[in-house]
Amino acid sequence: MLWETYLLAQRAIRRNVLRSALTVLGIVIGVAAVITMVTLGSGATAQVTSDISKLGSNMLQARVGQGFHRGGGARGAATPFQIADAIAIEQQIHGLQAVAPVTNGSLQAIYGNANWSTTITGSTTDFLIVRDWSLADGRVFTEGEMRAGQAVCILGATVVRRLFGSEDPLGATIRLGKIAFRVIGVLNPKGQSSFGTDQDDFALIPLRTFQRRVAGNTQVGTIMVSAMDGVPTEQVQTDMERLLRERRNIAAGQEDDFFVRDMKEIIDTLTGTTRVLTALLGAVAAVSLLVGGIGIMNIMLVSVTERTREIGTRLAIGALERQVLLQFLVEAVVLACFGGVIGIALGLGAARGAAHFLDIPFIFNPGIVAAAFIFSAMVGVIFGYFPARQAARLDPIEALRYE
Amino acid sequence: MGALIQLEQVAKVYGKGQAAVNALDRIDLIIQRGEFVAVMGPSGSGKSTCMNILGCLDTPSRGVYRFGGVDVGALTRDQRALLRRNYLGFVFQGFNLLSRTSALENVELPLIYRGMPIRQRRERAREALAAVGLTGWEQHNPAELSGGQQQRVAIARAIVSDPDVLLADEPTGNLDSARSREIMDLITRFNQERGLTIIMVTHEADMAAYARRRIDFVDGRIAGAADAPSGARNK
Repeated sequence: MLWETYLLAQRAIRRNVLRSALTVLGIVIGVAAVITMVTLGSGATAQVTSDISKLGSNMLQARVGQGFHRGGGARGAATPFQIADAIAIEQQIHGLQAVAPVTNGSLQAIYGNANWSTTITGSTTDFLIVRDWSLADGRVFTEGEMRAGQAVCILGATVVRRLFGSEDPLGATIRLGKIAFRVIGVLNPKGQSSFGTDQDDFALIPLRTFQRRVAGNTQVGTIMVSAMDGVPTEQVQTDMERLLRERRNIAAGQEDDFFVRDMKEIIDTLTGTTRVLTALLGAVAAVSLLVGGIGIMNIMLVSVTERTREIGTRLAIGALERQVLLQFLVEAVVLACFGGVIGIALGLGAARGAAHFLDIPFIFNPGIVAAAFIFSAMVGVIFGYFPARQAARLDPIEALRYE
Repeated sequence: MGALIQLEQVAKVYGKGQAAVNALDRIDLIIQRGEFVAVMGPSGSGKSTCMNILGCLDTPSRGVYRFGGVDVGALTRDQRALLRRNYLGFVFQGFNLLSRTSALENVELPLIYRGMPIRQRRERAREALAAVGLTGWEQHNPAELSGGQQQRVAIARAIVSDPDVLLADEPTGNLDSARSREIMDLITRFNQERGLTIIMVTHEADMAAYARRRIDFVDGRIAGAADAPSGARNK
């Protein structure tokens, strides 16, 4: 019976192809918009996630202050880390691959008449391990250089390009601020980070050198660690928190004045933003689906009026009320689903094109495709019901007489 | 029991109070199985109201309409639809075929509502079209058919479900006289060969002459031959 009704509905739809097409246009646009938005959104999320994983998924950072989840209120008041903190972590926490105390600053880099403002990172060679960074040429710091705080530096690819062009930088002497540094190594490029900053635009110098000659103190801004493969970062995180609380004499019950984050949290924070945006855009698109539904109702009502005599004839030759209701309902649902399918195809196509254009991965999300299809079918049922009931309740005598 | 159609003191009132109109004023009517009845009368005489009641599209305000012994007034809307589906066939002045739908599919329609399987349905529809002389026209849409052919498709649709009664509302009203005669011959043949009961509204005396009995409506009442149902058959 349902199949027969489907055939009847299909026949009715085919009797007026142009109008049927216009009727479903709203649904088509709505579904296409939802599919495009959500597909691009999941692509962007995946992009951010993979970018951050490139930083090293087993990386954790400890900073002074209160994590950006809670608003960084007390940061200024808290005591900064010292090198001793990093050493304590290295000695007392198990399962660590590398521990790098890191401090950043900004300085002018000068070579010959080339001049480039860049970030200066003071750290140890462990920094390269934590960040999973490899040398393109030259060597890393020696123990002696690090202990003595000598003026040697390893340059990021961008700085090399800016200062040296095609010249070989190894062994050259450049000035960072007022101090002369010898270039001992060059890093492989990493490209842009997901924050949009150039990760290769920096120069790495020994931490001691940074503290004594640039900052003039013994502070450490961040302690970056990386866990060994197979060691859960949650474990490392709690161990570090306990150790640092102890070292900073924070009494039980008192809040931390530092925070330890693993990359998962950073990923969550960033993808959270994309997800909220996706949801918002998706919601806007869903509203257009609703509008599409109203379009269907509108046309179905017109159709019922226009086909009054037809309905009268059907009722006269023995169609039951619910058969007429079902016919018009199925007609609306078939229309809506038809629109849904076209919309899904269009949306996937548009998402594919846009993903290519925006250089983010195209991720086919079967869940949202199914949801869009079911939703459009539901739109058909909901907005088709009223006109269908209108049709079914017609008085056959009036309907037959209708001109 | 006995009579196929039996109206007892049937009245139909439209509106209320002062504005009430007696469209039908307590009429009695008996139609036997196999009769061919022409219903005549000026507009507003109550013949259309009577046809609506006979066709189970409407129910009497007062009085009893028995179809095959069943009190139609006591039936629900859906039960009346089932009664129409199984025992009545309708032919309209304006043909009322579905546009952009082939003749075959139009004829099939009542069988679809009966839930008949497609193969059997096609077969029956073809037979019905053959019976009205439209073999070879099955795939044509109404727009591609002449008025006479369209009315024949409509007749095929009315008889495809093998009804007891054919209710025709001015079936020749939109046709020229040659076409009208063809349609009347066809209806007469169904009456004679199949024993199909025909009730036909018409304005034209020529067409009414095909019937073996004539009922004239005047002011909501049946004039003249009101109670000679059986006598009228041997004309």
